[in-house]
Amino acid sequence: MPVGRTHRLRHLRVFRGTPEDGGELVEYSVPVQEGMVVLDALHWIQANRAPDLAVRWNCKAAKCGSCSAEVNGRPTLTCKTRLSDLPEDIPVQVEPMRTFPLVRDLVTDVSWNYEVNRRITPFTPPEDAPEEAWRWQQEDIERVQEFRKCIECFLCQDICHVLRNHETRNPFMGPRFLVRAAGLELHPMDRADRTPYLRDGGGIGYCNITKCCTEVCPEHIKITDNAIIPLKERVADTYYDPVQVAWRKLFGRRSEGGSGQPIPGQPSADGS
Amino acid sequence: MAEIHTSPDTLPAVSTRMHTPGGTALQGLGRTSRRDFWWLQPGIVAAGFGAFIVYSLFSALVWQPMFHVPYEVDGYLSPFFSPLIQPNWLPWWISPAVLILWIPLGFRTTCYYYRKAYYRSYFADPPACAVGEPTIHRRYAMERAFPFILQNIHRYFLYLAFIPLLFLWIDALYSFVNTGPRFGLGGLVLLVNAGLLTGYSFSCHSLRHIVGGRLDCFSCSSLARVRYRAWQRLTGLNQDHMLWAWVSLVSVALADLYVRLLAWGVLVDPAIRL
Repeated sequence: MPVGRTHRLRHLRVFRGTPEDGGELVEYSVPVQEGMVVLDALHWIQANRAPDLAVRWNCKAAKCGSCSAEVNGRPTLTCKTRLSDLPEDIPVQVEPMRTFPLVRDLVTDVSWNYEVNRRITPFTPPEDAPEEAWRWQQEDIERVQEFRKCIECFLCQDICHVLRNHETRNPFMGPRFLVRAAGLELHPMDRADRTPYLRDGGGIGYCNITKCCTEVCPEHIKITDNAIIPLKERVADTYYDPVQVAWRKLFGRRSEGGSGQPIPGQPSADGS
Repeated sequence: MAEIHTSPDTLPAVSTRMHTPGGTALQGLGRTSRRDFWWLQPGIVAAGFGAFIVYSLFSALVWQPMFHVPYEVDGYLSPFFSPLIQPNWLPWWISPAVLILWIPLGFRTTCYYYRKAYYRSYFADPPACAVGEPTIHRRYAMERAFPFILQNIHRYFLYLAFIPLLFLWIDALYSFVNTGPRFGLGGLVLLVNAGLLTGYSFSCHSLRHIVGGRLDCFSCSSLARVRYRAWQRLTGLNQDHMLWAWVSLVSVALADLYVRLLAWGVLVDPAIRL
């Protein structure tokens, strides 16, 4: 984009550096047009002022989850953040996601998330039901469909204060993986019980439901209300509710929930 | 165009954390790159709750024993005292409210919305999103350990909360007839208060879980389908749980204040007597 007289200038302070040099904020003046997003401005800097600026991006349509960063201190997708929505009287400050180790400039190492992901028991359908016999109704699956919207931008992990500010003695999986676990736990065909993992290995008790993850989700998934709290309630069923515990001791199984329910689409014991 | 180089307001990378990604976030209370008035919302919440706590403690525990302003007048009973239990062994200086208020207090303290609100506003854990918190928190186990692990008994406070709620409805409806048939503003105030408290109780996350959230399959039996329909309705209410929490908090304080001002003689209840 050429610098023309019709373009206004916006000032951006962009984090530049590596873990070794500690980094610094470098100010750039960028000519802006109506509709420009922060990623456009970064691309202009890359093309015209700093070709070595490291920025991770891909689709530029808020669907790949690559361009996550912190703009004016708030985790956001830079491709979805319009410059016109940011205060004009101060420079736009662009920093990498602060919860993850810095690689260079605006790029961070998010591989920790993939390690956490591998610890979650994957989808576990019933062994006695062949895949072609799987049937379920829309009402059974719509809760889970919300969680499938996740684009793994890791903004929720970035803003989660447990991962950002705390030193936990036990692992905490973070909101992204509580969403994934909820998508499996609440699935009508899944038979695995992840509540022991959620309590111990996943550290769901570290979450104090302050809802920052929900506030930053670009897919508007109600992470806290629809994923984390239902899982916390299931963990409470298993470990902290004396009536539920007594029921299991008497009858030897969960009073309700995933295991032991009929396969969706097949007739149940009451003939319905 | 000149490039200006400045030192970032950051700390070096924290690489010694256990089980966390090990990033470069600002540590320490209030440290942030946010440029907005992030302190405003937790400040308003802290002030709102603080005002309610001071008023409710004064009204429930002090106003009647110390200043002799009754909590019941002309057939209207303050919601802080309902159901009214006055055993003979209770000393005069202990308000009967203490025998019942622990239920709504426990219900609200363990409520998922209030937890968010007070963790942010009073515990600064965190004070706001992407804002640093006191470094003393860094090894704190939150709801994995005592005392906050007790938040898991929220469902039991929910069950108990239906008892005073039932009495609040009875009080509100009975106030229209207990001093002869009348339609008074006080009855309307108590009725609206009971309605708002019902909305708050029915929008509870634990109730939503108990009614349908435990099920993985909503279509697997006729009972599950009934529970699914109820779960859907409670989910609709639950989306506004914060709103229900605030309006019911304000309404219960206003209903109490109305009864106290009637008892004090400051107000006269406008009523149509039949």
